Amino acid sequence: MSVTPTTRSSSPFSYRVVFEKRLKEPAGFISFIITLFAIFIALVISGIVIELAGGDALKSFAHILKASFGSLGVFSDTLVKATPLILVGLACSVAFRARLWNIGAEGQFYLGAFGASAVVLTPLLPADTSPWIFITVMMAAGILMGAVWGFIPGFLKAKYNVNEIITTLMMNYIAVAWNNFFIYAIWSESGFQMSRVFPKTAWLPRLADYSKTVPAFRGLTTHLGLLFGILASILVWFILYRSRWGYEIRLIGDNPKAAQYAGLNITRNTILVMMFSGALAGLAGMSEITGVVHRLQGAISPGYGFTGIIVAWLAKLNPFAVILVSVLFGALILAGREIQPSGIPKMIQGIILVCLIASDFFLRYQIRIVRRV
Amino acid sequence: MDDPNPPFNQTSEKNSVVEMHGIVKHFPGVLANDQVDFTLYKGEIHALLGENGAGKSTLMNILAGLYRPDSGTIMVRGKKVNFHSPRDAIQVGIGMIHQHFMLVPSQTVTENILLGLNDPRFLMKLPEYDQVVKDLGERFGLKVDPRAKVWQLSVGEQQRVEILKMLYRGVDILVMDEPTAVLAPQEIELLFRTLRKMVSEGKSIIFISHKLPEVMEIADRVSVLSKGKVTAAGIPAKDVTIQKLARLMVGREVLFRLDKKRQEPGPIVLAVEDLNADNDKGLPALQGVSLNVRAGEIVGLAGVAGNGQRELAQVITGLRKCNKGKIFLNGEEITNQSAGYSIQRGLGHIPEDRTQVGTSPNLSVTDNVIMKKYCQPPIARGWLIDMNQAVNFANQLKDTYEIIVPSVQTPARLLSGGNLQRVILAREISGNPKLLVAVQPTRGLDVGAIEGIQRLLLKQREAGSAILLISEELEELVSLSDRILVIYEGKIMGEVQDGDLETIGLMMTGTPLEKIQKGVG
Ligand SMILES: Nc1ncnc2c1ncn2[C@@H]1O[C@H](COP(=O)(O)OP(=O)(O)OP(=O)(O)O)[C@@H](O)[C@H]1O
Ligand SMILES: [Mg+2]
Repeated sequence: MSVTPTTRSSSPFSYRVVFEKRLKEPAGFISFIITLFAIFIALVISGIVIELAGGDALKSFAHILKASFGSLGVFSDTLVKATPLILVGLACSVAFRARLWNIGAEGQFYLGAFGASAVVLTPLLPADTSPWIFITVMMAAGILMGAVWGFIPGFLKAKYNVNEIITTLMMNYIAVAWNNFFIYAIWSESGFQMSRVFPKTAWLPRLADYSKTVPAFRGLTTHLGLLFGILASILVWFILYRSRWGYEIRLIGDNPKAAQYAGLNITRNTILVMMFSGALAGLAGMSEITGVVHRLQGAISPGYGFTGIIVAWLAKLNPFAVILVSVLFGALILAGREIQPSGIPKMIQGIILVCLIASDFFLRYQIRIVRRV
Repeated sequence: MDDPNPPFNQTSEKNSVVEMHGIVKHFPGVLANDQVDFTLYKGEIHALLGENGAGKSTLMNILAGLYRPDSGTIMVRGKKVNFHSPRDAIQVGIGMIHQHFMLVPSQTVTENILLGLNDPRFLMKLPEYDQVVKDLGERFGLKVDPRAKVWQLSVGEQQRVEILKMLYRGVDILVMDEPTAVLAPQEIELLFRTLRKMVSEGKSIIFISHKLPEVMEIADRVSVLSKGKVTAAGIPAKDVTIQKLARLMVGREVLFRLDKKRQEPGPIVLAVEDLNADNDKGLPALQGVSLNVRAGEIVGLAGVAGNGQRELAQVITGLRKCNKGKIFLNGEEITNQSAGYSIQRGLGHIPEDRTQVGTSPNLSVTDNVIMKKYCQPPIARGWLIDMNQAVNFANQLKDTYEIIVPSVQTPARLLSGGNLQRVILAREISGNPKLLVAVQPTRGLDVGAIEGIQRLLLKQREAGSAILLISEELEELVSLSDRILVIYEGKIMGEVQDGDLETIGLMMTGTPLEKIQKGVG
């Protein structure tokens, strides 16, 4: 018999590296320090690559910092980039809380943008409508369309147990094609693949609009969508921790069997959470289209919906942390454009991401070198 | 530090394999172990006793490398050790079996046993290993099919797989945390036979339990912890009585008798008619079960584990669908309704599985106790939850049910086993249910708490609740129930009113009541 209990394989190496679960959960400040350290490491690695490519790492970093936080103007641009990320990050956080893997925020974002555009382009409201009515109706339309796009996979999951990862992912493509249909065929402006520009009354107000009364606001592009994002964070927190529905979401997410035992209606919650998640992503689309783009066109999102997944995880599904993480990612996206259209900045983003995820691993595991027996 | 000949060697005339000295372990807000000394001799079965939250699991987790002590030393076979992980502990031959098993349900027994080992490296020569597992099992009386998938196994069989896992890894100091809490009496006998076999081969065993009679049966020596401190260190089991052990544990006299008032039961609260249902494997688990429970009455359901009692509880509480039959709660049909529907109509349920079903691990104690109340005022305020009210309610339960926890904001997963059970009991009993389905309600509780909970169940009965008590503890069933039904292979074998243990025993193995009576008459 070649095998006996307690055999341990012999190997030429008498030491080996093992990963072990940490016996203690690290304290809060330690995880903060590790996160900072991870970003630092990421910058060092990126720096090395930049140097190897013949660039000047320090100069590049200084440039990035200046390009995203250097002045009120660029910081305002960073916030503009962060705005859709906050809403989409919240959308993912809410769904993930309930263990619903909504990776369709991208599609819900597109549908939200479509809904808002439809108000102007159908047109549901005439161009001379008061801005506040316009904004309210467009918000409602964006939220509604996002919610519908969340409802479909939610319903399929709840009633027929169709895997929501697949459905939400596939529906992203449908959403893009849906938008394309309208910008190519219905709302195309003189043959271009884009709609006409929205009337000014359908633009979300920006800080710059108030530069007459507050001169410091001149040129600042930050728009009302940021406020939506902040209010939505507060709302999501409040729902999760202070409402009956939020309690249900937390219970289902933590232990679905206990939720069923406690008599919760999981079917209904699956649908509602997916709709809420879709609604937040839809609002992100509405805010982007009415605050930044001002017309319906293709490529309105450089993958915000997918970045939202990462934002949600890095924020540990905490609605307030979502804001901070979004600003960081907003800065990276913005600075990226400043340096190079593609390439180095994308690489830095990627490295930071990998390092953050790795740091999360090291928060839970430790490395040890042990002697073989 | 690295003295090869530590002074402890000479003192252990009886050949101690483990010596723990001055172990201290703090958790936020609790001192779980306070200067604990513990010695295990070679070839003994050492029982570790103590109230819920006394620090037994903590001490053993330290020995098994799962926690690190704040201070204190551990010597294994005279050598000082310093564990960083369970792997280190297993390397010197110490293995622990937890109450919740850590097996992969979709894999076979052999695959589970090999999991995490370096050997086999690439090719799974499974048939070869199946044989090894089988031989090992036969040697220690651990009967289990190496090729069966874990999800198909009963709890007792899964426990055998856990033991095999440890034996395969060459463990000769085995720590078992409340191994008998989840076992039926027959399985306990089998386990004890295995343990005796292991001891006869020179292995040593530490055994945590709350069941004093079985401790008296199996243990050579007994240690008692109380509030983190040792109150009895390794006294020989033959020198103590159950009463004395109980006093050592709870610090007061424990009455092992209950006075149950005679009372006429009221109207029928639960009526089950001709119920058929399948188990998880899709095989028939219930075949034409009919029973009823009246207000102010405790009906016990006895049976060997796996004869349908689990499924019956699930069907009644809305957690499993039935194929045939009807269920009425207070005259209203609840057949195949959701759990929520019945809960609103006065159903309380103490589930069999406290960690998987009964509680939510990462939510706080507060969130866990409001599980069935969060929709009702005063905890609900419209669509909101009044957190102050919720916390007050939780604190109130914490005091009445003596739940030991630093604060009601503590996540449930940090509670000791018995305290978690108290959280469930507190939640279900405080709801004053019209019908209470109680599955093993006193599982994992210390003797003092068992007494308290049994009193509370009797008080519910006096208040007019209908209680269906499903338990494998015959003594508990007999002392609490007004009448006892026996279930065997999904059928009710008959009803016993006078608590005749012999008759119940016969029925549990499949003899219908009529036959027994005919035989006597
Ligand atoms: N990881 C942890 N974090 C915080 N507190 C803990 C942790 N583990 C245990 N405790 C606390 O330490 C105390 C001792 O717990 P332990 O699990 O050792 O009790 P026990 O003697 O095994 O009780 P039981 O009989 O109920 O299982 C309890 O108050 C428990 O809440
Ligand atoms: Mg314990």
